[in-house]
Amino acid sequence: MKHERRVRVMVAKPGLDGHDRGARIIARAYRDAGFEVVYTGLHQTPEEIVEAAIQEDVDMVGLSSLAGAHKYLFQTVVELLRERGAEDIVVCGGGIIPDEDIKKLKSAGVREIFTPGATLDEIVKWVKENVKPR
Amino acid sequence: MALTFNPKIFQDIDEKYAAWKKKLGKVFAKKPERLKRFSTVSDKKIADIYTPADLKDQDFAADIGFPGDYPFTRGVQPSMYRGRLWTMRMFAGLGTAEDTNRRFHLLVREGQTGLSTAFDMPTLMGYDTDSPKARGECGKCGVAIDTLKDMEDLFSGLPIDRITTSMTINPPAAVIWAMYIAMAEHRGIDRKVLGGTIQNDMLKEFVAQKTFMCPPEPSVRIVTDTVEFGTKEVPRWNTISISGYHIREAGSTAVQELAFTLADGIAYTEKALERGLHVDAFAPRFSFFFNSHLDFFEEVAKFRAARRMWARIMKERFGAKDPRSLWMRFHTQTAGCSLTAQQPYNNVVRTALQGLAAVMGGTQSLHTNSLDEVLAIPTEEAATIALRTQQIIAEESGVANTIDPLGGSYFVETLTNQMEEEAFELIHKIDHMGGMLAAIEQNFPQQEIADAAYHYQKQIDDHEKTVVGVNKYAIDAEDIPVEVLEIDEALETIQIEKTHRVKENRDGAALKQCLEKVGEACTGTENVMEHLITAVKAGATLQELCDVFRDVFGSYRDPGIY
Repeated sequence: MKHERRVRVMVAKPGLDGHDRGARIIARAYRDAGFEVVYTGLHQTPEEIVEAAIQEDVDMVGLSSLAGAHKYLFQTVVELLRERGAEDIVVCGGGIIPDEDIKKLKSAGVREIFTPGATLDEIVKWVKENVKPR
Repeated sequence: MALTFNPKIFQDIDEKYAAWKKKLGKVFAKKPERLKRFSTVSDKKIADIYTPADLKDQDFAADIGFPGDYPFTRGVQPSMYRGRLWTMRMFAGLGTAEDTNRRFHLLVREGQTGLSTAFDMPTLMGYDTDSPKARGECGKCGVAIDTLKDMEDLFSGLPIDRITTSMTINPPAAVIWAMYIAMAEHRGIDRKVLGGTIQNDMLKEFVAQKTFMCPPEPSVRIVTDTVEFGTKEVPRWNTISISGYHIREAGSTAVQELAFTLADGIAYTEKALERGLHVDAFAPRFSFFFNSHLDFFEEVAKFRAARRMWARIMKERFGAKDPRSLWMRFHTQTAGCSLTAQQPYNNVVRTALQGLAAVMGGTQSLHTNSLDEVLAIPTEEAATIALRTQQIIAEESGVANTIDPLGGSYFVETLTNQMEEEAFELIHKIDHMGGMLAAIEQNFPQQEIADAAYHYQKQIDDHEKTVVGVNKYAIDAEDIPVEVLEIDEALETIQIEKTHRVKENRDGAALKQCLEKVGEACTGTENVMEHLITAVKAGATLQELCDVFRDVFGSYRDPGIY
């Protein structure tokens, strides 16, 4: 039987936003679900996140933003991953993100966006179904 | 010592209570209680009934008393809302200084009685809009302030000699305050008459809000500089707004909010005393800022306990004599984290209840959240409804007719006592760790809050706690149209051009000298404030000055624990 390694996920806080309640809860939920978790801590530039994601060889990057700069920050992470040939790293996001922006971000390559009210179970389930070890 | 209740009555109450419990047992034997466990939003267990027996040891004069009298459980002023209503102070900030200035004028026209400024993320973190760190963030969650020119545009046409201004700013608080003072002086207003507040509470940044620049120790040193400067130069200014709001928003319980906030207040007091200031010289200018969350009675009890605890701390621990040093004056904001994106109009009701709790708790000023704050920066319409909510509480509901209307409730008094007791236990724990700075270095409050936040989220997911419209009464495929304010991406370019114009019109040599002076003050022990005022008048930008702080003190990195 082939031994599959555990899913490795990165929870990242791009930009200057300090709201980390959600990101830290999600990181714990991922850990409790059996994923390997890397949490970047706050105030990361898109460049730093992409560099860390590649270095840490993660299967998914989960971005959290609650201060309105998600459009620029999320899109830039997706673009930089593509430039580095790492577009197979799944990017998802969460936070205070209006519906209009969700559409734009999804068409830019962000696979899923979770907004306030999403349950931990729902998010974990989505990761299990959509993220496989690379 | 005069007990509130005559001890003779307790035997009778105990007997009657036992009889009632027996009756209750029979009722629930047929059909059990509605919930397995009744608890507050902080998961504090609540009993089925409260009686005078819960207040056996209470001394009316020593513990409750009268408003304006120690320990101020019922309010800091003797008259409370019979004299003057709380200040209706709506937090506002968006886009450029000119945009926010328009919003300020609207709010003042609609009856608001104080100003409150929200800054954008780059400003909050000490970066100019043209910094690579600031890309995509200009004006998104507040107003962008890079230079004195922006500050002048922000308050243009507003009567800042008569209206007080609150500014939610922390790591760069000294610089933003310097800009405000410089702006007033350019308008011919003496700094001695300026009234307002800078949040300037760095300790809670490391614990909860997470906007930081330099490590904790030098951050608190700059805070102490502002306390010293304010005490001597700007006597009507609140130098720190010691904030529990963000602690609660980060997921703490009500008791943790209370304990960590007061522990922060203790730390600032100790630092100012070390500076050689007399407690009664600076303590009257400390103000507080709390959250008003969903659990109505828990919140009212928290506010009442907070006032009594601060009075006791200042008197017993620090020997303050001036009654103003013992007063906990506080601003309240309703709980942003309690609002839901689903069925957003329900947020108006949540906010009304939370605003009511703040008023029943005797707040000095109040911000009520707008229904759309969970989606974006409020539209004018939503901000107006939020202000009207306060006006309805104030002028229609009748709750402001009498002072501390819930005082004497067996439940509220018991809860007030319990919150005080539990919060003091936490404060003693922090004292044993070596005070709040040491506790922060050991990640103690951070971890406590993270645990509480995770516990609450689990309770929601497991349906132990209800969030209406989210885990109960949800609407499938909900599509309730709410207008959402969008900040124009082009603002960033406009703001950068404006800042560059200011930079091009400065005397380079004078500026260099100003920045050096600030650096020398930071390296040494001289108070940095006057040098900052001189520097912003010479055109120094926010980031240029914050870079001096970062160069001298180093940068703080988030430890990234979860």
